Amino acid sequence: MMEAVEILFNESLWSAVLRIATPLIFGVLGALLCERAGVLNLGIEGIMTMGAMAGWLTVYLGGDLWMGLAIAATAGGLMVLLHAGFTVPLGLSQHVSGLGITLFASALAYYLYRLIVEVGETPPTIEPFRAFPIPILSDLPLIGPVLFTQTAPTYLALISVAVLAYVLTRTPLGLAIRMTGENPHAVEAQGLNPNALRVGAIVAGSALMGLGGAFLTTAAFNSFFPEMVQGRGWICIALVVFASWRPGKALIGALLFAFFDAYQLRLQTVVEGVPYQLFLMAPYVLSIVALILVARRAEVPEALMAPYRRGER
Amino acid sequence: MRLERRETVPLALVATAPLAAILCALLLAAGLIGAAGVNPLAAYGEMLRGAFGSRLSLTEMFTRATPLILTGLAAAVAFRARLWNIGGEGQFFMGALVTAWIGHSLGLPGPIGMAVLLVCGMAAGALLLAGPAYLRLHFGVDEVVTTLLLNFIVILFVGLMIEGPLRDPLAFGWPQSVPVDSAYRFADLVPRTRLHMGLLVALAAAGIVWLILTRTVFGVETRAAGLNAKAAAFAGISLPRTIMGVALLSGALAGLAGAVEVMGVTGGVTTTMSPGFGYAGIVVAMLAALHPAGVVVAAVFVATVFVGADAMSRATGVPSFIADVIVALSLLTMLVALLFTTYRVRR
Amino acid sequence: MTPVLELSNITKRFGALTANEDVSLQLGQGEILALLGENGAGKTTLMNILFGHYEADEGTVRVFGEDLPAGKPRAAIAAGVGMVHQHFTLAGNLTVLENVMLGSERLTRFGSDTSAARSKLMGISDRFGLPVKPDVKVSKLSVGERQRVEILKALYRDARVLILDEPTAVLARPEAERLFETLRGMTKDGLSLIFISHKLHEVMAASDRVAVLRGGKMVAERKTRDTSPAELAELMVGRKVERPKREAHSIGAPVLVGSGITVEQEGAFVLDDVSFTVHAGEILGIVGVSGNGQGALGALLSGLAHPTAGSLTLGNTDIGHFGPRDLIEAGVARVPEDRHSEGAVGEMSVWENAVLERLRSDAFSNLGFVRKQAAQEHARDLIGRFDVRGATPETRIRLLSGGNMQKLILGRSLSTGPKFLLANQPTRGLDEGAIAAVHQELLAARSEGAAILLISEELEEAVQLSDRIQAIVKGRLSQPVTADEADARRLGLMMAGVWDTEDAA
Repeated sequence: MMEAVEILFNESLWSAVLRIATPLIFGVLGALLCERAGVLNLGIEGIMTMGAMAGWLTVYLGGDLWMGLAIAATAGGLMVLLHAGFTVPLGLSQHVSGLGITLFASALAYYLYRLIVEVGETPPTIEPFRAFPIPILSDLPLIGPVLFTQTAPTYLALISVAVLAYVLTRTPLGLAIRMTGENPHAVEAQGLNPNALRVGAIVAGSALMGLGGAFLTTAAFNSFFPEMVQGRGWICIALVVFASWRPGKALIGALLFAFFDAYQLRLQTVVEGVPYQLFLMAPYVLSIVALILVARRAEVPEALMAPYRRGER
Repeated sequence: MRLERRETVPLALVATAPLAAILCALLLAAGLIGAAGVNPLAAYGEMLRGAFGSRLSLTEMFTRATPLILTGLAAAVAFRARLWNIGGEGQFFMGALVTAWIGHSLGLPGPIGMAVLLVCGMAAGALLLAGPAYLRLHFGVDEVVTTLLLNFIVILFVGLMIEGPLRDPLAFGWPQSVPVDSAYRFADLVPRTRLHMGLLVALAAAGIVWLILTRTVFGVETRAAGLNAKAAAFAGISLPRTIMGVALLSGALAGLAGAVEVMGVTGGVTTTMSPGFGYAGIVVAMLAALHPAGVVVAAVFVATVFVGADAMSRATGVPSFIADVIVALSLLTMLVALLFTTYRVRR
Repeated sequence: MTPVLELSNITKRFGALTANEDVSLQLGQGEILALLGENGAGKTTLMNILFGHYEADEGTVRVFGEDLPAGKPRAAIAAGVGMVHQHFTLAGNLTVLENVMLGSERLTRFGSDTSAARSKLMGISDRFGLPVKPDVKVSKLSVGERQRVEILKALYRDARVLILDEPTAVLARPEAERLFETLRGMTKDGLSLIFISHKLHEVMAASDRVAVLRGGKMVAERKTRDTSPAELAELMVGRKVERPKREAHSIGAPVLVGSGITVEQEGAFVLDDVSFTVHAGEILGIVGVSGNGQGALGALLSGLAHPTAGSLTLGNTDIGHFGPRDLIEAGVARVPEDRHSEGAVGEMSVWENAVLERLRSDAFSNLGFVRKQAAQEHARDLIGRFDVRGATPETRIRLLSGGNMQKLILGRSLSTGPKFLLANQPTRGLDEGAIAAVHQELLAARSEGAAILLISEELEEAVQLSDRIQAIVKGRLSQPVTADEADARRLGLMMAGVWDTEDAA
């Protein structure tokens, strides 16, 4: 029992929390951006997989890590164009289209990986991002090693939260995107193009998702293997509801979730006799619980999942 | 360019839509096969040979189709009512687990025991989906996410069980569950192949589902609820009752798939016994335009692709993941094809 | 003087339907033009073309002497045209200021200048006498306040020509009069206005000129002071239509009694201590401006809303907590407000829709299986009896015209010989012929002894059909007046909520 509490005071736990949270932060922000514009993007699991593969492959083939991230983001944006095409101008079921993208993007990622890479006994590895201590700040007690000694993508994720929050609430573009998710007819009536805004938001959101996937292969682990996303994409979809579609709350949700995940991992080593699967189940169970708790109060964007057809009332 | 709603949907168009979709998917995948340096036509030839080339491969293909028919029916039933059951995978495993567990030491005579086990499998799947359905009805929680997350939870649970209470002490290496009693195994449909009587169960299920959807009050009410929930409620149709009924039926079908697979093919449960039957079932349902008869045909197509791809991979070196690519592409192309059956494109 | 607006030979088709045919229209500087016509005459389509929501198939639009590029609201706004839509284009979850600002700044700007926007908005608000609170979420505003925001949106974008689509559809008399005063003030400020309406008294009172549309064509233009309501009515409708006459007869025993009913939704009382009695062989008309509780009353009597206080009885049975299924079984028939979203499942066939409510009865099902033949027979019978055109039992109901669909919906309810019928806006969106048919059926049912409660926003219809009338205002019901007592002045006062304290029911 004591050991269970002791873990909480261990620096490495909190450092791990930020690490584990990073792909979630990218994923939640991406899903949030799509949904704020009115589109549910269930392709997230597949897009993260593709981002993971594309980012890793770029580095494996000789590119540097930042190029890997850029390619991953681009891959994410490209993969979603299909979903955008299906749901925005054509108004097809966002559920089915999204699932199709997940299946397709994952399958394509695995196929291309197998095609291009020789896989032996163990999957090949690359040189991942190393923790980059920020000068001066990383010497601060407590928060120094935790917050200011992380990898570059983690810093990027945290900055993204602030940027997205600012754009959504304080810029004309952000207002237009939010309005598209609430009432696309209002957007058209003010002379803007709701479909273009939706597609733009989806592509940007999916680029973020791609980054989340790339973090897994270029920072967290250093190789790519099937099923590595492990349902994180779906968890992000749940977290968006939990975050009431707000970037700040999304960050909190991701951190909270990462905390439970990190804690559960360390708990396994001190608690005996409990099957490890129970610990692994915890994140998924928690997500469901979180959804139940916030479901009633959810301030859903009013036009979420409603296809916009010009002139049709 | 504008989309204009069609007044009537010509049946011929609906029937050809899946074919057009599949052809497009194969065409697009051909590009990927070419990228592997292999002639696509040759590759597809190997695929067809791998599925239809011999008596053995044909039976293999139908063996693979059996669970797909059932998970396809599960998805079709649910989607018709706009209940997005993505948990077919988890329901499959639950049905399998319960069947192996109870069937290990049931003690009833053969045929009766088998019937009991099938019912148990259905009950397991039904109850599993009832949870998310309840959460949707009473808390407004989207069932897409809950059913998806449950899949992961169930697979972990299965792993837990077969490494623990249900561990087969006689198995070496890979963990698997205690096997179901041999008295409850399906007899071979074609001797000395893996094709088993379970196929007949699947076909019967398709027939029963068709009957339910078209001839019963439940079927008509479900259709109404899926097409226009507000009008259905106004007409006195209880949406909670209908949705829950659909959930129980859909979950039962997916659970049945797991039970049939255990009793017909594997004998026990492992964590790898499903190469994604639940998810593939969704594609099957969409290709069938949610029609029970279409589900059988679509299941055969998907099974062909999976079985054929293994053979194709061995023969040509194209990664077998191409099967997943083709199946996923079929879903997407089918979406577009369905669009054209409902709308006409106008200048 | 060049007109500020010139529409020339506008034609617009939607598939087989010609919404506008060779329509030409002009608007002069500082003028208020009323665009008059029945539902479906093509008024909104024409204005949507002007504003750029639609592109005309033929014809041109000139604003202040310049050709206007078609199909682009942005071009219209830039040219000085603003539109106040009938269904407000507002986002409830966002604030007034946000709704107004949308689209006014370049999308590539790094930050919004909210303080400048706020001053501009308040400046316009003061100048035109349209008070608003910029930081309130639109969802919290009343309908009248939302309309003000909708108008301010257009003025904020420096509109010189303002189009208003049925601006008083959701306003009470006093609010409507205030609106027109404000509009008149705007013309003195240099604006030119077009408003769409189907209400004759409004057109007579508030416009300088009237243009009448009928069946997609422009049939007449008049200076308002040179015409009369009678002439306009005839131009609108095209012929003198005979609506069936109600014959007075004695009414029977009370069938449906509502006593002190209050219905609460999300903390507000949508129905506040209302009482009413409907007798056998009687039509009780509930009149009122849209948005005063008719929806809640309809939901209450359809089984979709329940009283938080008070009682609702049918004969001797308390039906307050009955859902739709129980009401159907108790002999209550309901014709819903919106036939498309509530009355029928568009993709299902006529026979399925005809028996959907009664599937579980022995007539149409047996041990859970549908008696398809019996159902189709019944549908055939309804089609014949109620003159539903363009339908066979197998036809998808979506393909029927509005009038025929409504006849079927009404017919399926009446064919059960109900004790009580709720007719909720039964003739909304129908042409004259269909309206006459529906009225005939309602009067016939009345003669057969049914108790009917009619909710209608068309005063004329309510007066023609009802034996007694009550007005609904902000969720409360006035005392009933008989048909003889119901003159225009009395009804006007009732609908404006001017009741003696004893008048409140």
